[in-house]
Amino acid sequence: MGDHLVRIENVDMRYGGEGGVLAVSGLNIAVEKGEFAAVVGPSGCGKSTLMRLVTGLHIPQTGSVVVAGQQVTKPVSIVGMAFQNPTMLPWRTTLDNILLPLEIVDKHRKRLRAHKAEYVAQAERLLEIVGLKGFGDKFPWQLSGGMQQRANLCRALIHEPELLMLDEPFGALDAFTREELWQVIRDLHAQQDVTIVLVTHDLREAVYLADRVFVMSARPGRVLHEHKIDFPRPRELELMYDPAFTKKVQELRGEIADARQVA
Amino acid sequence: MSMSGTKKSGINWIALAPWIYTIGLFVVWELAVRLFAIRPTILPAPSAIVGALYQYWPAIQRHSIQTLFTTTLGFGLAVVGGLALGLLIGWSRMIYAGLYPLMVGFNAIPKVAVVPILVIWFGIGTIPAVLTAFLIAFFPIVVNVATGLATIEPETEDVLRALGARKMDIMLKVGIPRSMPYFFGSLKVAITLAFVGSVISETIAANSGLGYMMAAAQSQFNVPLVFAGLIMLAIEGIVMYAVMAWVETRMTGWAHRSQLANA
Repeated sequence: MGDHLVRIENVDMRYGGEGGVLAVSGLNIAVEKGEFAAVVGPSGCGKSTLMRLVTGLHIPQTGSVVVAGQQVTKPVSIVGMAFQNPTMLPWRTTLDNILLPLEIVDKHRKRLRAHKAEYVAQAERLLEIVGLKGFGDKFPWQLSGGMQQRANLCRALIHEPELLMLDEPFGALDAFTREELWQVIRDLHAQQDVTIVLVTHDLREAVYLADRVFVMSARPGRVLHEHKIDFPRPRELELMYDPAFTKKVQELRGEIADARQVA
Repeated sequence: MSMSGTKKSGINWIALAPWIYTIGLFVVWELAVRLFAIRPTILPAPSAIVGALYQYWPAIQRHSIQTLFTTTLGFGLAVVGGLALGLLIGWSRMIYAGLYPLMVGFNAIPKVAVVPILVIWFGIGTIPAVLTAFLIAFFPIVVNVATGLATIEPETEDVLRALGARKMDIMLKVGIPRSMPYFFGSLKVAITLAFVGSVISETIAANSGLGYMMAAAQSQFNVPLVFAGLIMLAIEGIVMYAVMAWVETRMTGWAHRSQLANA
């Protein structure tokens, strides 16, 4: 048991009070600091609930959620989030969209005005990493879906979060753009000192990117299996044609098929 | 066909169309009156209306300015009040739930029925006209602003709340800018309704304004003057509508451009 950044123990989360829907039950997940974890499972398995538990948007009825050594009782600002929908604000330029979290997080909002140049430089650096150098003054509607999602990742990372929570961020993109963004997120993880939890339906995506894959059951969600993925890094896209890779994906697919059967 | 025609002749038929159709309407009107020998007390010909405009111009001018004044004042109050109440209603679901039925009920009351009450309170003249314009123009602004606030994407709210955003932050950074296109869009509807309100009130209880002038002209069977009043109202309505449309594109151009980009 190493240094855990996220530790979820025996969590039950029920929506809509007594007799409501039990979204997750007996959920146990531990993610080490610096790790890239992926969560897969049949639809409706409570993956989004997991996102909201870790970020402190929901407080569980039973069990405990500990992030960075702190029991989560309110939203934790050390987390960055990105969803399938990039939700860029159309009246702000891409750069201003990326700077938005700094206007919110307590630690930064007081410094923002005096240290604007420093933060802008940081945003430009992130834009360069995701391949959007020079697009900062464009408005979101001038960017393609894939470019908006890249900017979304920058926004999630601008306040230097320790933990990045991604909820199917590549789900709405075409296959080629998705592969490009897999490489972007792989490089971000390698370059930034950040722990990533990726919720996804795409098993190849999970195996390609993650160090550890959690397979969840149908509702009420809990972790059925945990896989350590130890393909060496940096991983290239060719890895996906490796028989060992295919074998791993098939194994996961089988487990999810079983989980659906039970439900 | 029309495209190639535009290119060859260099005439922009689309831009000319409003003028051609308007002139066409008056030409057909004039011909119909002459052809069927309709009496001017039933339907005066456009030429007779122009004659009345010329003959009574000093009075028409004075009444037109009065109506424009009461309408814009009532409209201005509706903008301030509607924006404030819309923000309040959009702020909390509780206030929304409490006030919405009241507002729907109030809006269902024909404003012509309110004018006598206003006369009891304020006497005849300018104040009832201003208040009737206000009461009738107020509702679409409130509904639009509240709608803009109520339709914030849940993902955007999650991203910001996870960073520790307070309700006020979400309002200022997302809610209010987002509701601005709805607000400016509603102004076009509101200004048109404001004319309806002020003229209703002037017709019933005033001693100046186009509504009063038309009522007086009607009682003397001066039908060309009644129509001259209608023409002045139409002109004022079109001009104010155009001003609001211009303000809308100036203030929230991003909303139109982002829609175009998505289309």
